[in-house]
Amino acid sequence: MSELEDLYQEIILDHYRKPRNRAPGLSGEDAHVHHSNPLCGDEMDLRVRIRDGVLDGIAFDGEGCSISQASASAMSVAVLGRPVDDVLGLVEEFRLMMHGETPSRSDDLGDGMVFEGVARFPVRVKCALLGWMALRDAIDTFRRGHEANDVTHEDHHE
Amino acid sequence: MAIDVPTLRKEFPTLQREVGGRRLVYLDSAASSQTPEIVLEAMDRYYRTYRSNVHRGVYRLAEEATDAYEGARSALARLVGADPRGVVFTKNATEACNLIAYGWVRRNLGPGDALLCTVMEHHANMVPFVHAANELGFEVRHVTLTPEGRLDLEQAAALVADGRVRFAAFTHVSNTLGTINDVPALAAIVRGANADAIVHVDGTQAVPHLPVDIAALGVDSYALTGHKMFGPTGIGALVADPALLERMEPFLTGGDMIRDVTLTGATWNDVPHRFEAGTPMIAEAAGLSAAIAFLEGIGTDAVRAHEVELGTTFLSALSAAEGVDIHGPMTMEDRGGAISFTLDGVHPHDVGAVLDDRGVCVRVGHHCCKPLMRELGVNATVRVSLHVYNDEDDLEPLLDGLSAARQMFAS
Repeated sequence: MSELEDLYQEIILDHYRKPRNRAPGLSGEDAHVHHSNPLCGDEMDLRVRIRDGVLDGIAFDGEGCSISQASASAMSVAVLGRPVDDVLGLVEEFRLMMHGETPSRSDDLGDGMVFEGVARFPVRVKCALLGWMALRDAIDTFRRGHEANDVTHEDHHE
Repeated sequence: MAIDVPTLRKEFPTLQREVGGRRLVYLDSAASSQTPEIVLEAMDRYYRTYRSNVHRGVYRLAEEATDAYEGARSALARLVGADPRGVVFTKNATEACNLIAYGWVRRNLGPGDALLCTVMEHHANMVPFVHAANELGFEVRHVTLTPEGRLDLEQAAALVADGRVRFAAFTHVSNTLGTINDVPALAAIVRGANADAIVHVDGTQAVPHLPVDIAALGVDSYALTGHKMFGPTGIGALVADPALLERMEPFLTGGDMIRDVTLTGATWNDVPHRFEAGTPMIAEAAGLSAAIAFLEGIGTDAVRAHEVELGTTFLSALSAAEGVDIHGPMTMEDRGGAISFTLDGVHPHDVGAVLDDRGVCVRVGHHCCKPLMRELGVNATVRVSLHVYNDEDDLEPLLDGLSAARQMFAS
């Protein structure tokens, strides 16, 4: 496989072309965060609904490269319906994977696993992390009792 | 005389490189140009044969270092039609814009005053002034664009009509749209409303590509950088009217910029030295001199002619390519060789990655022009930019890459 095919695997392209849980709004949302990456101009809106400690609904929207959009799509499938503590654990698994560590919960990461190769493309790591970091922030925002937050990702703001 | 590109390319070591088994196609000179051997040799010679500090020693090496440094000032002044006493060396064009912002704007503008800027500026020629305005309470007014991507001069005339604009900052050539602005016309509009207004121009994208005569442009201050004109990184300049520099205060103080120092104060050296605190970039100045000689050897007229010819080819091929939407003027008349575009259905970052896989270097992103991106209604663009070492051979790998990107992402 060429380096490029390694980066853009078919599953990634599929999530990019047919994003899951991509929507401009979410009924009964509990928190909404807006994250942006000044390097490439990526913008992401992420909304979550949390019921009884479980991530009951998730929707992302925005503009960005295929890696950022596909990663958010794969993430949404992997985390939906999980208890929020479990979600945060999975976010950490993904973050560490982007720093070259082998994840222990590869089954739970689902299609998120196909981004493992992105770790070798340092400039794209932030793209892959955009949705995951937004999700972590959305849960934090909810737990702090707020409804919205706006974050710009400078260098290694994770 | 037409430029013999294959021969010229041999003078650039980086361009001999292969990336992934393919010839390197460098289409990002608006970000930074490549460096010819003679520039590398000039810098190497400083470190190997006369390394010493400037303006200090009485020994031969120090005299040679001073000659090299001051020689660069004279060479740059000659290239751009300026008085050497008006050439202040800075780290880059950003520092040059900050020098005029701190040295003049912040000391002269306040509530009730206005500053004219444009929506097409690079952040370097915008943020220092907007930052000052927010702290000091003067107003910033922005010239907008015509549909073709040129400055709307009628609107500019209306913006300055009340005579309150005391400083204008605008670019000579847009790093994103490629537009070459009519500097004398806009300067005349500004001064027509306020004869004492200072006109500052960002010439970063002009000096490497066009004949530039600052005296003929009739501006007070002009920022430029070495690393886009075959020179090393780490050296740029503010080229200003010496009389304006005399009225400016330094914003960096310390060694070399003083006339006398007591325990309680200091007096400043003559211009331009009062703005060059500390040991300057001596090797870089030697490199810049060589870069200027290289540019003059080709001839700025020939550089411009080459860019017009090649730019016409690139513009026509890109506008015919499927899914390509070009932002900026569509002909090379009053236009430089930076061509920004979006590719339908493919994010610029992904275009950049596909092109990189083919050894093609382009810039993707907002090009340090976020307000312009908002104006254009996009988050980012792909930018191809040309220089003397580019030719038609660079077009096919670009078009192939764009078509591959479309197939991969937009099918």
